[in-house]
Amino acid sequence: MLYSKEVMDHFTNPRNVGKLEDADGVGEVGNAKCGDIMKIYIKVDNEIISDVKFNTFGCASAIATSSMATEMIKGKPIEEALKLTNKAVVEALNGLPPAKIHCSVLAEEAVKAAVANYYSKNSIEYDKELFGCDGCCGSCKIAGE
Amino acid sequence: MKLIYVDNAATTAMSGAVIGAMEKSMREDYGNPSSLHSMGQRSAERVRAARETIAKRLGCRSNEIYFTSGGTEADNWAIRSCAKNGEKRGKRHIISTKFEHHAVLHTLQALEKEGFEVTYIDVNENGIVKVGDVEKAIRGDTAFVTIMYANNEIGTIQPIAEIGRLCRENGVVFHTDAVQAVGHIDINVEKENIDMLSFSSHKFHGPKGIGGLYCRKGIILNNMIFGGAQERNKRAGTENVPQIIGTAAALDEACSGLEKNAAYVTALRDRLIDSILSSVPRSRLNGDRENRLPGNISFCFEGIEGESLLLMLDLKGICASSGSACTSGSLDPSHVLLALGLPHEIAHGSLRISLSENNTSQEVDFIAEILPQIVSKLREMSPVWEKIQIGEKEVNTYAIQ
Repeated sequence: MLYSKEVMDHFTNPRNVGKLEDADGVGEVGNAKCGDIMKIYIKVDNEIISDVKFNTFGCASAIATSSMATEMIKGKPIEEALKLTNKAVVEALNGLPPAKIHCSVLAEEAVKAAVANYYSKNSIEYDKELFGCDGCCGSCKIAGE
Repeated sequence: MKLIYVDNAATTAMSGAVIGAMEKSMREDYGNPSSLHSMGQRSAERVRAARETIAKRLGCRSNEIYFTSGGTEADNWAIRSCAKNGEKRGKRHIISTKFEHHAVLHTLQALEKEGFEVTYIDVNENGIVKVGDVEKAIRGDTAFVTIMYANNEIGTIQPIAEIGRLCRENGVVFHTDAVQAVGHIDINVEKENIDMLSFSSHKFHGPKGIGGLYCRKGIILNNMIFGGAQERNKRAGTENVPQIIGTAAALDEACSGLEKNAAYVTALRDRLIDSILSSVPRSRLNGDRENRLPGNISFCFEGIEGESLLLMLDLKGICASSGSACTSGSLDPSHVLLALGLPHEIAHGSLRISLSENNTSQEVDFIAEILPQIVSKLREMSPVWEKIQIGEKEVNTYAIQ
């Protein structure tokens, strides 16, 4: 398996690592059984993600996709962050090996989970259909077979 | 950056003497051993001598050694042949273990699809098969037993001589995949009652793409490849003369220095194990502490994932290996670690360091210094580690899935 220069850069020097003690929204997806957990913390000011941090347990691509996803939503309006797709994260990282695409799905879901948590905390109505994540990318089902 | 190669269970550096012997064969003695002219006969003589050397080192006769393309082919050959010959006598039951190499496991799974029944014996927490469990599993219709000599991931050495005696007493054929053991620990197929044994040259500083199968005289071995009369008609095709010569040279060298190398590598291994277990909290050594291959170290570090660890070590010039899912292309971590009863989340954080006599104490000290730093760095960004720290997650009490 060969990772792109961009993946190795975000893996070796991950951006936005850490926690936000006063986070407005926290999202955690994945499970340790499958080998990937991503936890994203967001701070929201005037519907803009003013700060974001992450913690990730997982392989190099899990760490790199978390790092890239947080970079891509930092300073952006929530609406825009919700439009972040796993495909965009993969493109920004100049590709991922096929077996690692699920990491990018997890990153997208972690962002959505953090926003959903922010909405819930602030009693903001939102369409749950848009946040179709049940905490896992579905890959675990394959692993469980 | 200086490279530190500690992945010797994956493959080893070829020895200079081996390369020399192979080069001579390629440059000068390139005759076909089946040719009647003097050059061909010189090659035939070299192959004969190589087979003799290997047989002596394994404690058998030279006509009991068959060259193959490696350990995987030898395993496939032995197992399929034993199964087919068992079937002829109405025996369709096979005994093996849960933590065999995939060369064995996948062959057995293919046989299961053909209607064979396989009992996979548990390997216990320490990674060692209990002879009593093998005894209990033997039935009237057991065709053969295949149990590895030493495990490739956790290095544990199995009670092969006792299993061999048990099989002999019960009239059951016994095959062992000794790919990790040959050239590293003393083996004598005669004394240990081994009927069939697979080996691979590149695991003991020989060339890749060649290995062999020992098959005791009297055990029926089916033909592998049809064609010419090579390998006593059982595996046709012109002999891979340079690699056969390289294999003999490598095994001779490995066995001559075996005692000295084992003592040296074991000392390095134990020093590194002690250092890491004392400096890294929530780390564990997989497999029995004493009864393991001289060079094998297998750790699990809670709260981190093995592939990240492996790549971080690589950035520091350390070449190691992991049984994590991410290194295998599947989502499940190593079947070996799961067979020990480890939960998935701990098995994901595995690291295998396999030393050889080419490693130095300075290299081991460097690993002992760098590895805890990398584990800490990864744990700092791990939500699993955070939960372990605040006691929300007691990983050790997890139900085994």
